[in-house]
Amino acid sequence: MELKKRKKDFSGFISLGIVRLMFFFLAFILILLLGKIFIEGIGVISLEFLIDEPRNNMTEGGIGPAIFGTVAVTLFMVLFAVPLGVFSAIYLNEYAKDTFFTRIIRTSINNLAGVPSIVFGLFGLGFFILFVGKNLDEVFETGLLFGQPALLWASATLAVLVLPIVIVSTLEALNSVPKSHRDASYGLGATKWQTIKNVVVPQARPGILTGTILAISRGAGETAPILFLGAAFFLPNLPIADLCIGDYCIPMINPTEQFMYLAYHIFIMATQSSNPTETLPLQYGSTLVLIVLTFLLNITAIIFRYRFRKSLGRL
Amino acid sequence: MEEKDFFAKSVNSKYAKKIKKFTRVKESAIKFFFAVNGTMALIFIILIFIFLFKEGFRALDHIGLLDFLYLDRTDASGTVERVFQWYPTSEEPRYSLIPLLIGTFLTAFPATVISTLLGVGAGIYLSEVANPKLKEFLKPMIELFAGIPTVVLGFVMLVIGASFFNDLLHPANRLNAFVASIGLSFVIIPIIASLTEDALHSIPNDLRMASYGLGATKWQTVSKVILPAAFSGVSASIILGFGRAIGETMIVLMCAGNAANLTTNIFLSVRTMTATIAAEMGEVSQGSDHYYSLFFIGIVLFTFTFFLNLIAEIIVNRMRKKNTF
Repeated sequence: MELKKRKKDFSGFISLGIVRLMFFFLAFILILLLGKIFIEGIGVISLEFLIDEPRNNMTEGGIGPAIFGTVAVTLFMVLFAVPLGVFSAIYLNEYAKDTFFTRIIRTSINNLAGVPSIVFGLFGLGFFILFVGKNLDEVFETGLLFGQPALLWASATLAVLVLPIVIVSTLEALNSVPKSHRDASYGLGATKWQTIKNVVVPQARPGILTGTILAISRGAGETAPILFLGAAFFLPNLPIADLCIGDYCIPMINPTEQFMYLAYHIFIMATQSSNPTETLPLQYGSTLVLIVLTFLLNITAIIFRYRFRKSLGRL
Repeated sequence: MEEKDFFAKSVNSKYAKKIKKFTRVKESAIKFFFAVNGTMALIFIILIFIFLFKEGFRALDHIGLLDFLYLDRTDASGTVERVFQWYPTSEEPRYSLIPLLIGTFLTAFPATVISTLLGVGAGIYLSEVANPKLKEFLKPMIELFAGIPTVVLGFVMLVIGASFFNDLLHPANRLNAFVASIGLSFVIIPIIASLTEDALHSIPNDLRMASYGLGATKWQTVSKVILPAAFSGVSASIILGFGRAIGETMIVLMCAGNAANLTTNIFLSVRTMTATIAAEMGEVSQGSDHYYSLFFIGIVLFTFTFFLNLIAEIIVNRMRKKNTF
């Protein structure tokens, strides 16, 4: 009896040990790979590397235009995705009742999150460029301005891709606002819109911010959807145009131009450049920049959410 | 009584009525505005559906549905040979999706097996073994892990992983399905791990306590009580992981070798559906058969992942209903 029990415990000990071992094996490999990127990449990184443009067939210079393009695309993406996502979440959490229709909407949010990223690329090409863009060109008679791959359509497509992220984190934030706060607002005679505007959304703001940051980090790392939506191998000029009102001109991001993109830049340098081994240090450098960027964004989002949840616990 | 009359009068006065009406109209207009925005996710799913099918079905005008499976080639001597090849740019274009489907499964399936072992293990560790303080630190780490851009993982597998496995296993092709599936499992492990953790965590503590009360050890409790109770949640996470593996583009594009081999050998180069779209869409002329056939591949891909997601969602919803103890 005694022996049997000990034997059982022993096999349990081994199994749990294996589980533990697997976890630390994973962590070890991950740290190893990240460490390798860090060690190889840190030597390349300097201020010039971050600002300069690629030179000499991409074997020298930096990634300035790629960073600029990434920032420009994600900026437009946020402008599209965040209002849409937040409004959508407000409808689902504040107005909609639990009907068959809203359940379909919730299912389609989950499904949208699971659509392969390359399919978003096809969608962007078929819908935004060939349908919306071409029709805009016809209506405004602008020749071939909108009906071609451009920064605008890449951001719009990425906005659809990150929409579920914004909706889900906003939903979570709205859901965590106590019902008593809404009731108190109604009790003071506020209408539904006033309650949403003045009571619910301000409390949910950290959650919305978390969703926005996560969306930026996801959008900045995506490559597949923008492959044929205007990401360029190399561009001599930044996608900037002067916006003139009278005599005053300000340089603005030109959303109808092509752009360089950090994630795409890594892909191109690693697979399509004429001499991948010669550019290897630059590839490590660019990868390190992208990883640091996404990690910083994600860590910020995690800290925001952690604080938000903690503050709710105190309520 | 008088007061009540006064109240009724003021509420029903002409002015108050006007305000009331205005507010009501305004409120319902706002509600309508939000409702339109609220349906956007559904609208986009429908739009993706429409525009994929609109372009993809044009492929069927010139290419038959059977041509997407095989092509009967007649060579000079008149013998008919049935070929399963993806070779759309040749003079006699061949559009068989079979090698692409095999390539997709040859990368996605091993990746799912590896990730199931490691991911479920990591989920068990997080939920049942790790002490709470460590867990609070490790859960965000998994999230961070999941946030690594796939192009970075593709790059890592290309410059580090491929050489490592080349020296270790001496495969026939340096870039092959195996290398790609290892890269894919880096994407899927965090998904399976965090969803498994969620599923295990949602099992009520009473069950654990009851099991311990009956004299079970920790491992007995985990393997005989907790895992069976969370079975549906864990399997949903595996299905979702498999869906991600099928839909992943950059890693297979960079690491699988991109040769449309008709093979079941995991150490040969293969080409997946996603990589085919990514590699060929940029060079194809718009409106050609080849162009439409790439959209057709998109339809196949979309349908696969759509149903996998739907199945996982149904399982999770059922689990939620069942788990309201």
